[in-house]
Amino acid sequence: MSSVTVNRHQSGFSLAQYVTCLNGIVWREALRFVHQRERFVSALVRPLVWLFIFAAGFRQVLGISIIPPYETYILYEVYIAPGLMAMIQLFNGMQSSLSMVYDREMGNMRTLLVSPLPRWYLLFCKLVAGTAVSLLQVYAFLLIAWFWDIAPPPIGYLTVLPALVVSGLMLGALGMLISSGIKQLENFAGVMNFVIFPMFFASSALYPLWRVQEGSPLLYYVCLFNPFTHAVELIRFALYGQMNWISLAIVVCCTTAFMIGAIYAYDPSRGLVRRGPAGGEA
Amino acid sequence: MIDVSFAVAPASFTALLGLNGAGKSTLFALITRLFGTQAGRIGIFGHDISLAPGEALRLLGVVFQPRTLDLDLSVTQNLLYHAALHGIAKREARLRSDEVLTRIALADRAGSKVRDLSGGQMRRLEIARALLHRPRLLLLDEATVGLDVKARADILGHVRQLVIEQDIGVLWATHLFDEIVPGDDLVVLHQGRVLAHGPATNIIADAGARDINSAFMRLTGAAVDPGSPAP
Repeated sequence: MSSVTVNRHQSGFSLAQYVTCLNGIVWREALRFVHQRERFVSALVRPLVWLFIFAAGFRQVLGISIIPPYETYILYEVYIAPGLMAMIQLFNGMQSSLSMVYDREMGNMRTLLVSPLPRWYLLFCKLVAGTAVSLLQVYAFLLIAWFWDIAPPPIGYLTVLPALVVSGLMLGALGMLISSGIKQLENFAGVMNFVIFPMFFASSALYPLWRVQEGSPLLYYVCLFNPFTHAVELIRFALYGQMNWISLAIVVCCTTAFMIGAIYAYDPSRGLVRRGPAGGEA
Repeated sequence: MIDVSFAVAPASFTALLGLNGAGKSTLFALITRLFGTQAGRIGIFGHDISLAPGEALRLLGVVFQPRTLDLDLSVTQNLLYHAALHGIAKREARLRSDEVLTRIALADRAGSKVRDLSGGQMRRLEIARALLHRPRLLLLDEATVGLDVKARADILGHVRQLVIEQDIGVLWATHLFDEIVPGDDLVVLHQGRVLAHGPATNIIADAGARDINSAFMRLTGAAVDPGSPAP
């Protein structure tokens, strides 16, 4: 507010300051995750229920023919494992957006948004932090799944990492974009019904697309245009040391689009914080 | 906000007085770039908040009216998080954190979870946090709301000391008349407009009033009980 100009600080920020900020945001997200043990447990239980109960029950009903990247017949459990890994990331992305809505309602979001570093960078850091948390969950799932005979080639555990990072960023960016449009925490239930479930079920997570096409050509196209399908396929191929370039391109494009949308939505000229109760009298 | 124009001098205490709904929090959101300005200019030591937000925000310390601490993190963790958001390296952040906690007499609670602190301690922590990156201007929006009389006096006294000892400019938003002393620089905000700006004594004299209460009522025509703090 002062119009007096004295001792101007150095302009811009160094690379070290950007890294410090990223570390701080990831560290805080990790601390929150550690403090919320039930979140970790529920993030694991959900896919495990699908694996242990749903997949076991449908093993005989849903036969899987040999399709890339698989080179032989596989059990249904093996088929849905990549879909469940993506499901973990989908729920984590939505959980992150839920926490952003919560932070906005509680006022914590202001701490982040009044940081002098560029806002796009702050949002990107939040995204990276959320993705890092999802990686922990996915690898914990893979560890348990290994005891259930879901054992991809050892190198797959490494080659799937970049795919998980990209898909985690995409689903996190989607969650961030959604969070910008949610006015109250109570409205978040709608996200479950209108985003998570349709994305998950209208994808190749539970059944291959050729089977969907046999049943409903229209649904096939819906699945084909669903970015979550491509996140699943990217993970599926990477888990077996292969690359699905089309899925990679689509996931990268969607990540960029969702991120740009989120940055735009969190632009101060759009009065983001005004949407929450804010606590102020204004 | 309509025709709002005033400056806060360095190393001064400026009170922003207005009833609930006057626009104080909106003004703070504009200054801190939570809202974008549609017209006009907000400068922080020469840096336009719209054109150079990074340069402007690094000179600002902010205490918002709602609590913005992470209740599940410890006192120190909250400070380190804030330091990271300003790009302050961890070693330096720890030093500064210890320093500010000592100053606000919370060093013995460094490891405590924030949710275990009293309301007054939380406010002191928020002020300490706002000072961690060594700003030149400190904004406090209704910082004493919800606190008891002693805690209010402590917070206000602490902030006034900062002006004297650290040459920090302070913009103190309040709706409580008893937080303003005659020597303060005063901005009276009402329905989004600045009705008066200057030393509180001058505003009282210009309004032909005997104290801030009556001067405020004459300026705004507000129905405020003159015998007590504004609601």
